[in-house]
Amino acid sequence: MRIASTLMSQDLSNIALSIQSKTNKHVEQALGKTSRNLDDFMALISPAATPYVEEMAAQSQMLTRARFGNTMGLFVPLYLANLCANECTYCGFTMSNKIKRTVLNLSQIETEIDAITDMGFSQVLLVTGEHEQKVGMSYFSEVLPAIRAKVSNVMMEVQPLPQKDYETLKTLGVDAVLVYQETYHPQAYARYHTRGKKQDFLWRLQTSDRIGAAGIDKIGIGALLGLGDWRTDSVMTALHGQLVQQHYWRSRVAISFPRLRQCEGNTNDSANLLTQQFPNETQLLQLICAHRLFNPQAELSLSTRESARFRDGVLPLGITSMSAGSQTQPGGYSAPSEALNQFDIDDTRAVNLVAAAIEAKGLQPVWKDWMAFS
Amino acid sequence: MLTLANQTFSSRLLMGTGKFSSPSIMKRSVKSAKSTMVTLAMKRLSAHIEHDNSLALLRELDVTLLPNTSGAKNAQEAIFAAELVYEVLGSPWIKLEIHPDQQHLLPDPIETLRAAEVLVKKGFNVLPYCHADPVLCRRLEEVGCAAVMPLGAPIGTNQGLQTAPFLRIIIEQANVPVIVDAGIGKPSEAMAAMEMGADAVLVNTAIATAIHPVAMASAFSKAVEIGRKAYEAGMPDTQQDAKPSSPLTQFLVQE
Repeated sequence: MRIASTLMSQDLSNIALSIQSKTNKHVEQALGKTSRNLDDFMALISPAATPYVEEMAAQSQMLTRARFGNTMGLFVPLYLANLCANECTYCGFTMSNKIKRTVLNLSQIETEIDAITDMGFSQVLLVTGEHEQKVGMSYFSEVLPAIRAKVSNVMMEVQPLPQKDYETLKTLGVDAVLVYQETYHPQAYARYHTRGKKQDFLWRLQTSDRIGAAGIDKIGIGALLGLGDWRTDSVMTALHGQLVQQHYWRSRVAISFPRLRQCEGNTNDSANLLTQQFPNETQLLQLICAHRLFNPQAELSLSTRESARFRDGVLPLGITSMSAGSQTQPGGYSAPSEALNQFDIDDTRAVNLVAAAIEAKGLQPVWKDWMAFS
Repeated sequence: MLTLANQTFSSRLLMGTGKFSSPSIMKRSVKSAKSTMVTLAMKRLSAHIEHDNSLALLRELDVTLLPNTSGAKNAQEAIFAAELVYEVLGSPWIKLEIHPDQQHLLPDPIETLRAAEVLVKKGFNVLPYCHADPVLCRRLEEVGCAAVMPLGAPIGTNQGLQTAPFLRIIIEQANVPVIVDAGIGKPSEAMAAMEMGADAVLVNTAIATAIHPVAMASAFSKAVEIGRKAYEAGMPDTQQDAKPSSPLTQFLVQE
């Protein structure tokens, strides 16, 4: 567990202090470099860097275009189930929420996939709640071949699994696995995750080691910004990505920046925390650019949690893939219903409008960029 | 004329078709470059190729498609990709790209050699993307590759001919065409590769991400032509010292 042990050995309060101590001198130094370390990343997301966001955006844009060209990948989430055996105080799927629970069966999935491919997608992110018994390996093994037959790139965002299960998923055609740590602060993590297997902080932290060892092509990481101090969590995310690249060099790293959004489950307490720890739009842009400047090779992904205005503005500056036309409830593409959403999305535009916005920024929407060669 | 696997090509500038802001700008750039062989990523092709916009546009041009195996991480996957290429496009041409390294997309020499050997036996015209390693290039030639494609610098970096001393050895030794692939960022660097004696160059990022890709494609086209012309004209070597017009040993001929 090479990644997890390094992450565990970090002193989070030290990182937080270090970020706060950065001055414009540190920021300018970081901006002047061509290869940047974690200390530079801290400077770039520090309050001292806010006046430099324009220059950061310019450099980030240049690095992104050089590496990824004038293109933007498009994917869509497909919610298979909203069953969950965890209590997470910020999530609409949390087990104590009185919402209608559903698990899509094979024929419902096929209807959803048809709706998705009709929109033009061939990259799909499969999402479930975390329910080992009812939505575990036997379910995945049953539904994946049908999904794989119709889309070229299958990504999964489900509960952390043992390495042998990731090996099985690879043979079933899974190209990417996304497991967000939510927060790298063990105490904050314990506060938000109050019941269920997800309480096991370390098992979750060790997931990218298991995904990497199983040889999955892409490893998705991220923190849910707003649970802990977003800056410290982002430094940990940046380090996490770098460690994946060092130890599992055959796998790509994808980083997401979800900001906490209102959902059925938000309590007053977490709503209060939100206002204190939540990055605003300038800070989110600063964060995206800092990740790009620190790690020119990482894929950076932006979801429909953000507004159309923000997404259109930020899309040429560092992001490499976007979701669009998303529904966050099982069965949502063939029969949308407001009641079951995991969280409310902000950019509700149809995918063709998002694609047009991408083209208007001089980028080519890429619907397909992957194929299984086995 | 560039000859690859008994087929002649009027242009010595091969182009990559990724990274463009739109398929139509890609097409106009290929036209402007007068390129006659262009790469195409198999993984990017639509599942229903009749709906693939880039492919349709390329087919309107008089170019030979060079499908690549980008995305393959080992020999087995690359061989699978090549067979898929043949099945879907009927192309005997394959640009062999195996880069398990996800950060710098550097080619895996061991897997590349393995795959090349198999694909040549299956009848493909194999053009392998490889390190500027003279011994590796000899080995790739020995297994029957139609050319070798050593890199000038890490792909997409526009750093130019960082591997120049090794490229010179490869060019000197090779019995198959040498196409300098990856890293060429400026027309002057393409010209330098051609002056060095490379048979062709492959350019993508430097054209696709230029402010005006169509104009840049034309600039590269001219640079490649000039570089080749200079090479064919027999460029005199550079000298460390001035040569006296009255040589010191002139008295010998007076004998």
